[in-house]
Amino acid sequence: MAESIKILTDKIGIEGIENFDVYRKNGGYKAVEKAIKKMSPDEVLDEVKKSGVRGRGGAGFPMGMKWGFLAKPEGVPRYLVCNADESEPGTFKDHYLMKSNPHLLIEGMIISSFTLGANTSFIYVRGELMYVIYILEKAIAEAKKAGFLGKNILGSGYDLQLVVQPGGGAYICGEETALLESLEGKRGNPRNKPPFPAVKGLYQCPTVVNNVESISTTPWIVLNGGESYSKIGLGRSTGTKLISASGHINNPGVYEIELGLPVEEFIYSDDYLGGIRPGHELKAVVAGGSSVPILPAALILKTADGNSRLMSYESLSEGGFQSGTMLGSGGFIAMDETTCIVRNTWNFARFYHHESCGQCSPCREGTGWMDKVLYRIEHGLGNERDIDLLVDVAKRIEGNTICPLGDAAAWPVASAIRHFRDEFEWHIKYPNEAIKYQAVYKGDMIKV
Amino acid sequence: MDIKPELFKVTIDGIEVEVSPGTSILQAARKIGTEVAPPAMCYYKPLEKSGGKCRACLVKVAQGSTNDPRPMPKLVASCITPVQNGMVVENFTNEQVVDTRKGIVEFLLINHPLDCPVCDQAGECHLQDFAFENGNGVQRFEEERRTFEKEDIGPYIQLQMNRCILCYRCVFTADQITDGRVHGVMNRGDHAEISTYIHKTIDNDFSGNVIDVCPVGALTDKTFRFKNRVWFTKPMEAHRDCDKCCGKVHLWYKGDEIIRVTGRKNQWGEVEDFICNTCRFEMKKTSDWIVTGPVNISRHSVISANKYAANTIKKPEFALDYAAEHYKKINDSRPYNKNLDEIKASEDYKTLMEQNENYLNKSQN
Repeated sequence: MAESIKILTDKIGIEGIENFDVYRKNGGYKAVEKAIKKMSPDEVLDEVKKSGVRGRGGAGFPMGMKWGFLAKPEGVPRYLVCNADESEPGTFKDHYLMKSNPHLLIEGMIISSFTLGANTSFIYVRGELMYVIYILEKAIAEAKKAGFLGKNILGSGYDLQLVVQPGGGAYICGEETALLESLEGKRGNPRNKPPFPAVKGLYQCPTVVNNVESISTTPWIVLNGGESYSKIGLGRSTGTKLISASGHINNPGVYEIELGLPVEEFIYSDDYLGGIRPGHELKAVVAGGSSVPILPAALILKTADGNSRLMSYESLSEGGFQSGTMLGSGGFIAMDETTCIVRNTWNFARFYHHESCGQCSPCREGTGWMDKVLYRIEHGLGNERDIDLLVDVAKRIEGNTICPLGDAAAWPVASAIRHFRDEFEWHIKYPNEAIKYQAVYKGDMIKV
Repeated sequence: MDIKPELFKVTIDGIEVEVSPGTSILQAARKIGTEVAPPAMCYYKPLEKSGGKCRACLVKVAQGSTNDPRPMPKLVASCITPVQNGMVVENFTNEQVVDTRKGIVEFLLINHPLDCPVCDQAGECHLQDFAFENGNGVQRFEEERRTFEKEDIGPYIQLQMNRCILCYRCVFTADQITDGRVHGVMNRGDHAEISTYIHKTIDNDFSGNVIDVCPVGALTDKTFRFKNRVWFTKPMEAHRDCDKCCGKVHLWYKGDEIIRVTGRKNQWGEVEDFICNTCRFEMKKTSDWIVTGPVNISRHSVISANKYAANTIKKPEFALDYAAEHYKKINDSRPYNKNLDEIKASEDYKTLMEQNENYLNKSQN
């Protein structure tokens, strides 16, 4: 196997990398020096655009394009906000990246802020990760001492203040406009769009919100050029992606993969997940965090057309929602045949019920409804019309809400019913069997 | 030289209207009339930043503008989407919109108690109208409704949180009309509730306006509570010289007694001028007011009598015809169905009648 390219995790593992000196010795902050001393903001932006790097937070919107949309009116400050409010079930890559190599994020923040012309930038970290906030604050203090932050960075006349803001622990604050509201000190409700944050964001000023992983790619892009970044990966899915793998696999953890890696290799290769735990086989996969549609084993390994499925934005979404899913934020959850899909779906629905902000009615009421119906089905109180009811409720939530949380709540339920309908029917037909401890549908409609 | 302002042409449900740039689709539709105006549960024109939350006003934009004729991929909230020149909007003519709106009604009614018979808002409730006009008539929700603890928020305003649909209107009112907001939305999801911070009372000269803006019966007037149904009251236009507010109100009479005072609302249920608490809660004598005349209530409103008899059930003949078609004579052979003459001629009947007469004569004597 060819040596895989590591862009984000290459320095992780070096002892004491969270300290400034060790990071500097290992080639750290060279990108900042290069960007600030030798390049203009537009040149950096060009490199990022050339690299084709896409937002790693879930939506996969090209980062260079997003930066290009930033309005630049005179006399108005611009802000860069780093979205580190990672709370999606199954996703823990940003947490890992920040705690293992905090200086990489800070380096990326300096370069990105320099490119966008932001003099104050924020890192909005999930409140539960308090120890990561201390790590980041220590790293910022060190960088400031070394002259990479603060007034007149490296004698260029560019000032940057970096603020770490702990969040209150709400999932909804990971949505970019809700994050901005929360950062302003208000209730974390998503805003109506338009206006988009690129025009009116934080404190009604132009703002760019990016994921930790997206920002952390900028040092490499500055050092090696956007061209070479775009050569990594496959097609429009350029570069590498952190995948946080969990579930019934032999080697759970965070992996940096080159986009375009076959899913089969990713699951079964010893370099990556090392296969499903012994004696069991793959049943279903949630490929990109709890928000994306769940896929059965057959469809995650091969697309509906019979091509082998690759870990890339395009390949995973091949076939639309009928037979595809999304790369999302990279929370790869593998489930073996001991997993009850109904219980899993109920668990996801319960999460979205708990985390809905309560602003718009389809999401506020619909998530609770789905949660309650799935609870009934799982606990043997289901009704035959419940399955169609769930499909209908999911359909009516999807696309009718202010922010994508409504879609994210509807997709797992709709897809679970689409692909595992018999399991739901089994729960309803044989409730006495289904409520037994760890009872799982075994493939035919008989009593276990 | 006269300068004509540039106007945008918008087509809503096939009706073209010219509006100034920056108008929302909802406002453009309202300019045409009630026939095409989308319902709005959270949008309130006098309040800034309101709208976009209830999703009742979702419409389909079939053509974005003349320059960019692509349709918008999702349904958009018409109350916050500004119009473009040449925009084509489908509202009641689009099946998807109608279907989605049915869904919204269902969602809003999931946790809303169906206690209209005891609710003071009944008759002027926006949710009632919205559900009546756009809803499905059937509910599929079988689960337990979420309920809240009762909370006292002051001497004038009754908070009935179970009925709240979280439109945020009262929050914006407190922000923009009064000089200090003490209530807001606590918690999140379907457990989000309107409440005051650590059980403070709402005490402000203009706090009563939250009653007027509330689309449902979540915030009602304590001085009017359980006094009367709104359709039995007679609204009169009146004004008084008030040093705090404009003093223009509607008085709601029951006989000669003023049982409620509210702000003047337009046909969309929006208050034209906000009034102060003194006018609203304390001036309940006719002598306090200069009454100018009865309020013109539209035929649309239940307050104008006979709505359900005359307007809504459009063809009573249809029901009668249907009943006549399906009428079957019942074959009943029970004794009381026999010919009356036959019965009268029988011996039993005669003896019975004699006995009766005897009994009556005896009792009279």
